[in-house]
Amino acid sequence: MRAQPILKTVGVTKRFGAIQALTEVNFEVCPGEVMSLVGDNGAGKSTLIKGIAGIYSFEEGEIYFEDKKVNIYSPRDASSLGIEVVYQDLALADNLDVVANMFLGRERTSGLARLDEAIMEKACVETLSSLSVTTLRSVRLPVASLSGGQRQSIAVAKAVMWNSKVVILDEPTAALGVAQTRQVLDLVRRLAEKGLAVVIISHNLHDIFEVADRIAVLRLGHMVNIFETKDVTQQEVVHAITAGKLKTVPGMAD
Amino acid sequence: MATQAPKQETVQNALLASQAQITTSDYIQGVLKQIRTGNLGVFAILLGWLVIALVFQTQAPNFLTPFNLTNLIVQMAGVATIAYGIVFILLLGEIDLSVSYVSAVAGVLLALGMLPPFNIPWYFMVPLALLAAALIGWLHGFIITTFQLPSFVVTLAGFLAWSGVVLILIGGAGTVVIQESAITAITRTFLADEVGWLVGIIAIVLYAVSSITGYNSRVKGGLATKPFPIVIAQIVLFALAIIGFVLFCNSGRGMPLAGIYLVIFLIVLTYIAENTKFGRYVYAVGGNKEAARRAGIPVERIRIYVFMLASFMAGIGGIFLGARLGSVATNAGGGDLLLNAIAAAVIGGTSLFGGRGKVYSALVGALIVMTIDNGLGLIPNVSAGARSIVTGLVLLAAVIIDALSRRKERLAGAK
Repeated sequence: MRAQPILKTVGVTKRFGAIQALTEVNFEVCPGEVMSLVGDNGAGKSTLIKGIAGIYSFEEGEIYFEDKKVNIYSPRDASSLGIEVVYQDLALADNLDVVANMFLGRERTSGLARLDEAIMEKACVETLSSLSVTTLRSVRLPVASLSGGQRQSIAVAKAVMWNSKVVILDEPTAALGVAQTRQVLDLVRRLAEKGLAVVIISHNLHDIFEVADRIAVLRLGHMVNIFETKDVTQQEVVHAITAGKLKTVPGMAD
Repeated sequence: MATQAPKQETVQNALLASQAQITTSDYIQGVLKQIRTGNLGVFAILLGWLVIALVFQTQAPNFLTPFNLTNLIVQMAGVATIAYGIVFILLLGEIDLSVSYVSAVAGVLLALGMLPPFNIPWYFMVPLALLAAALIGWLHGFIITTFQLPSFVVTLAGFLAWSGVVLILIGGAGTVVIQESAITAITRTFLADEVGWLVGIIAIVLYAVSSITGYNSRVKGGLATKPFPIVIAQIVLFALAIIGFVLFCNSGRGMPLAGIYLVIFLIVLTYIAENTKFGRYVYAVGGNKEAARRAGIPVERIRIYVFMLASFMAGIGGIFLGARLGSVATNAGGGDLLLNAIAAAVIGGTSLFGGRGKVYSALVGALIVMTIDNGLGLIPNVSAGARSIVTGLVLLAAVIIDALSRRKERLAGAK
């Protein structure tokens, strides 16, 4: 039994000049589920995500958040709704320590405009412990000295620290080794268990079959299908990615 | 999943364990390890200074005298003040080539404003000159951010243009005198012995209070701190250093007022850099501009503010330089002033690549640069050419050390 979708796009369309990047795409994600978004290069995955994140707006179609129609014009609008995106290139400042990165742009201050390091460090340790991100030796290490998996975990923890409801991860395991991929996938599962809606973009079907509840397949800007992971094989998904039918948009009836 | 649970449990304890109190012996061992790996921070530079000083002492016996060293502090005041601003510019990963002539503009404006026909009192003219300097910085920042131009080119244009403004303002006379004693006192005042002691005691008390309150707030928050005996030991060492410094100064002419200004700037600017949102954002923009932008930091505004700050500090530096000479001449802001200021920040350990560096690097770097200048000046038969060569080699050594330490950090991150 799945909850009502917290975020839903209905018939969204996006053009870049002559290129039709998205055509009437219906997409949704529910609280407590990991929804994966797959598709070949140029299928429109990033376009869909960036539209939801407010990097640019869709030309047609609607976005519903918690059953209300919303307009997202900027990344700030998205984060004020509780939608956070963790981009592939992480958006961490290497020279700053973990605490400074987690609070970047939302620092706590006390008198004399002084940064309240004690409160920030405490909150940072609490958040990381609650997500079981625990391989760090110290939250005062500069991010440059962390491993890829640790950095990815920090980026995710940063996104969920602010009571976000929907977390979108863009290729979170692309640059990681086996153990570190494991670490990040575990973290993704824990986010869903905490009741967040998680969208994960990946090229790695093996990872997706391990972590996702549903798999949405985009092809050439069309939503081919949204599969239940348990009802589908990797071959079927690969077929949908490379040769899926484009005319209909099934799977959204429920 | 069930089999993994116990493992996660122990790892979780590792993170929490890092928050536990560190024992004194652990702390000392950590420091010794840092020393063994060559990570000495500011002490490496001070050690370097000591080596340079001893070499000069063998060549010129009057180098290590209280009279000469307090004079050295006065000599370095202008360059160090300009270098403070340069540190912020370098933290952004930018460069400002105009600071030397911006400092000259501020000096000329101050000098002219206090002379007939204006006769404006110094306490109006100093803020006006500094405001003008800050506006120049705003203009540079505005052009750089609006047209997305490299700061190198824009401030190079500024370097040329403001040198012209200095020439025009000074006019045919070739020099403008500063007679106002309130201004010349900045660099000519040496404190009486008792006042020197008072300043020293105030410094010790301030240091002790800030260390202990910092320690208490971390303990109250349940966070890891250095052990209390270490805090006390640091206060004692600081007090001994200050007492030694006061004794040394008092055995000569006394503590130079310009040196006290340098320390006040150091404290205020370090507070801004390390303890305010603005400072944090400067580091963030220098480290990863895109990350800063996505975090909602007003990147372009921060850049403009930093150019304003650098020009403002250059203005103060210009006033110091004018005060020391008692005049501002057409060669003000020229010579090696600009390069000495940038070299000071870099030699002190601030990276040219952005995001890494400390405010104090301006002070220790200026100390090194001006020591070489001062020391070689004391040795007979050393040409100005030799001075530049030595300064150049020291700068080169500093950037090589910077590059090596960056590589070390990257390798540590990759493993």
